Amino acid sequence: MEALLSLAIGVLTACGIYLALRGRTFPVVLGLTLLSYAVNLFLFAMGRLAIGQPPVIGSGLPGYTDPLPQALVLTAIVISFAMTAFVIMLALKARAELGNDHVDGEHSR
Amino acid sequence: MSHLAIAPILIPLCAGILLLLFRYLPIQLRRGFALAVTLVQLLVASLLLIKVSDGTILSYALGNWSAPFGIVLVVDRLAAWMLLVTTLLAPFPLLHACRGTDTQGQHFHVLYQLQLMGLSGAFLTGDLFNLFVFFEVLLLASYGLILHGGGRRRTESSLHYVVLNLAGSSLFLIAVGTLYGLYGTLNMADLALKMATTPAENLGPARAAALLLFGVFALKAALVPLYLWLPRAYAHTSAPVAALFAIMTKVGAYSLLRTSTLMFGAQAGGLSWLYIPWLLPLALATLLLGLLGALAARDLREQAAYLVVASVGTLLTAFALPGSDALAAGLYYLPHSTFAAAALFLLAEAISQARGTQGDRFEPGSAMPGAAWLGGLFFALTNSCCSRRRWITPCGPGFGLLSWAAACWPSLPWPAPAACSSSAPSPMWIRT
Repeated sequence: MEALLSLAIGVLTACGIYLALRGRTFPVVLGLTLLSYAVNLFLFAMGRLAIGQPPVIGSGLPGYTDPLPQALVLTAIVISFAMTAFVIMLALKARAELGNDHVDGEHSR
Repeated sequence: MSHLAIAPILIPLCAGILLLLFRYLPIQLRRGFALAVTLVQLLVASLLLIKVSDGTILSYALGNWSAPFGIVLVVDRLAAWMLLVTTLLAPFPLLHACRGTDTQGQHFHVLYQLQLMGLSGAFLTGDLFNLFVFFEVLLLASYGLILHGGGRRRTESSLHYVVLNLAGSSLFLIAVGTLYGLYGTLNMADLALKMATTPAENLGPARAAALLLFGVFALKAALVPLYLWLPRAYAHTSAPVAALFAIMTKVGAYSLLRTSTLMFGAQAGGLSWLYIPWLLPLALATLLLGLLGALAARDLREQAAYLVVASVGTLLTAFALPGSDALAAGLYYLPHSTFAAAALFLLAEAISQARGTQGDRFEPGSAMPGAAWLGGLFFALTNSCCSRRRWITPCGPGFGLLSWAAACWPSLPWPAPAACSSSAPSPMWIRT
């Protein structure tokens, strides 16, 4: 399971960085989104992986899973969601005002 | 427990919400309210500084959850000082915006208050994840402000600004996650305690996380090589926004100072002084490149933006030098450079308007009306002037102190001439 999760985070990060380095705004937005997914998974894993455990401490329970990373991930998801919405609107605005969808506002020859 | 510590965050938040709710009221009323609220914030910041001026540290536990488990706000002299600088700066760009900039787009006053909330929160928080959250608050408000008024060049430059900062936020979260995974806490004081006893096998990931944090703060502070977004973004936005953003790079510098002294200071064992070998050469390179950029600038606003970069270089040089003398010099230089940079942006706008079609480009034109007044202001701002030429230099009392502090450390002889040479009047001028 650790190998699977780290592989998922690695692939998402690699794809995100590759797309974020592209020259057009839409792949860049997609890249940043993939990067934020990778970050969310990474944050989640930082509380250690525990399957089937409750996120509270109580007597008679076999153990617990750390609830704090889950709260952090929730905050991070909300923030990255808002940021993605904003950057999509900005990309559309740039497309409308600059006449093309290149991140520099013009295609270099 | 005094509730004064959370007031600098709550006041702009409530003011922003009220301004949003009453957005159909006449503009004069909203302007008056926004100005009054910034003055109240100034009062609160002064009260806080007076309260902590004897060295006490106020700690405010939100929801009364005790420190390592809950989130705390911490007010010490550094945080209160930064807060006072921010609130002293805030009314002036707002006054300038009330001359008409605020009606060129929507929700200027709301975004302005939320920006102030993000800035105050970033200075006051004692929790690393909350620092991230307040960074996002101030960034999201700044995205709205930087686009305020619209226009082709503004959209183009702010796209870079937004995308770079989004990537920076991802890196910040990776660093925060790694630190939590290693130490099980995000409270900065608690992290500092636990870092002192980092086991040898955890030193590698801890160093990686710390240097990732360094990269993120360097991006916010516009340190070389991560400063390329700043000149275009600041030069193309409206004057009041650029003036307020003079404090934005200082947030990055403050975070660098806070983490490098609190978390990676002398007591941190294998992690102590992790930033210093990176910070000093990069800060000096920033100083040099900022001044070269100011020499090569084609208009006044671009020049002011490069002077912001140069001032960040100076400030971080001070933070990287060992000893409290250099630190004191840096903290003395910080408000000076912030106010000077903000005033330069506002003045560039005034000159650009007075010169008509030539704007603020460096080309000879006819004499402009009010040249004596504006030139006099430049004189006051830049401390050096000669007839028919307006010298622009980022020097000031902070430089003298910094050079002195650098000279006091013979083990580091080379920053001293660099700091001294940069305080010489830069050979740049505009003809009006």
